[in-house]
Amino acid sequence: MLTLQPDDWVAIRLSLKVAATATLFSLPLGIAVAFALARGRFYGRTMLDGIVHLPLVLPPVVIGYLLLIHFGRQGVFGAFLEANLGLVFSFRWTGAALACAVMGFPLLVQPIRLTMESIDVRLEQAASTLGASPVWVFFTITLPLSLPGIVAGAVLCFAKALGEFGATITFVSNIPGETQTIPSAVHTYISSPDGDAGAIRLSLVSLILAFAALLASQLIVRRFTRAKSGGA
Amino acid sequence: MIDFDCSLSRGTFNFDVAFKSTAGITGLFGPSGSGKSTVIQLIAGLVRPSRGRIAITGRVLADTARGISLPPHKRGIGLVFQDAQLFPHLSVTQNLTYGRYFTPQPKDTISFEAVVSVLGIGHLLQRSPLTLSGGERQRVAIGRALLASPGLLLMDEPLAALDTNRKLEILPFIERLRDEFTIPILYVSHSVEEIARLATTVIKMEAGTVAAAGAPDAVLGAVVPKAAERFDAISTITGSLQSYDSDFGVSILNHPAGAIVVPGRIDAARGPIRVVLRATNISLASARPEAVSIRTVLKGRVTGIENSGPFALTSIELDGGERIAAYVTRLAIADLELAAGKPVYALVKSVAIDEIGISGLQAASSRAD
Repeated sequence: MLTLQPDDWVAIRLSLKVAATATLFSLPLGIAVAFALARGRFYGRTMLDGIVHLPLVLPPVVIGYLLLIHFGRQGVFGAFLEANLGLVFSFRWTGAALACAVMGFPLLVQPIRLTMESIDVRLEQAASTLGASPVWVFFTITLPLSLPGIVAGAVLCFAKALGEFGATITFVSNIPGETQTIPSAVHTYISSPDGDAGAIRLSLVSLILAFAALLASQLIVRRFTRAKSGGA
Repeated sequence: MIDFDCSLSRGTFNFDVAFKSTAGITGLFGPSGSGKSTVIQLIAGLVRPSRGRIAITGRVLADTARGISLPPHKRGIGLVFQDAQLFPHLSVTQNLTYGRYFTPQPKDTISFEAVVSVLGIGHLLQRSPLTLSGGERQRVAIGRALLASPGLLLMDEPLAALDTNRKLEILPFIERLRDEFTIPILYVSHSVEEIARLATTVIKMEAGTVAAAGAPDAVLGAVVPKAAERFDAISTITGSLQSYDSDFGVSILNHPAGAIVVPGRIDAARGPIRVVLRATNISLASARPEAVSIRTVLKGRVTGIENSGPFALTSIELDGGERIAAYVTRLAIADLELAAGKPVYALVKSVAIDEIGISGLQAASSRAD
């Protein structure tokens, strides 16, 4: 009963692909936003902070709907991206990845920002007096020292993307093999008369994946902290 | 070398400082909040003046009148922080060579080997900065700043975070730095001993302004008439090494007014030795005392007495022309019938001389190797 069916594997593979894509593509922007929030002094910083955190408190279905009207084929961005880059989001796995990226963004940004804020500004000042331009200071000092936060943020974002349901199903629906991620598949199993076994199977998979991701992040962060405090 | 003239206000703090310095170490001395660190930040480009001009050896770093303000990474200024601020994710070698990637090579005059040997950090190169002691970390930080070939080295209270033994360990290295490389150094400290030992020129700061500037003796030996500040009054005397007595662990210095006995071993190769004497550690006698534990008896004559409360700050010109100041009670002055022009013997307790204030003194730990 607990043996995974071919359909289950399709959903699992799709989920991993969607989550990995969402995490990888949002990472550069996440690092940039975290740096702006941690070190920047500019007009509208509080506003940016608010926007980044919005997906945490807004109903996922609203996010999904907003994505639908803006990134659908008729939407402003959707039409533009299709015309210029041939990139289509609606009812495609790429749309699922976009929805997951938006929902996971606050979880990605927050740990990176916290690590960056904990870096002593004088380390960056020391680097600049040694001749490093702001760009070099960022890449040789700030970024390497933020690595634990970057890893933690990426893992959280990945785990969130694996479990994202509301925004995804609203934006790109629930198409097996294209947009049906693990949560959507569980939803389908639950809605069918004899789907209990399938729902249990995939729920267990979700549990294992989520737990593994959190454990991995803990281990990585601990390893970094140990390396930083001078090794064994 | 340094041509500094800047003003700035932050809240209730008004900063208006102008000074020029020469080669060697310029000591910036003053209590906390007097604006010493602001000078450092202005020169390094971490803070901008509201008005002013900063030039190092003729090169203008900032000039508000001409709208010039170079960013920190284009100033060529080495900065050593109070707490080393080594890059924790890089090894000691990588820390040391960090600035080399950004420094134009022709300007390079200081070799990696020379810096490593002067600072005695050869055995640390493969280590992580996190495994170093405070003193080692500070030496690496100094090396890192030097290897970026700066036109000026700024040292912001580099010893303040260290205990006395670590201070004594680093001071000889800073002296070697001053003597072996030609880089001018601006050294900030609130310790008179450190400043008096190291500095060629001293700038004394108070409440965001320059209170006095000049040779260490002239600035630091200046009269401090307030009784509450009597522990801040110091003088420096300069002698030459006569011998080191290994049995008793003391060095004996020649001075026209009499031999000076100081604790510890002084490097024989050194030139003049400067010793910082606190005015409160000098006793006076109207005749050469017999049967007394004090080994250093310096002959001179009283040039002035300034009373403050129960105390009297006595200025003395030693044989040979150097001036020192001694704090004694007014009662003692009266009993000894001391007055300007009278001969006097200044007695210095060797035990009370702070090793930090003896130039060229080798640290106990570096004596072993």
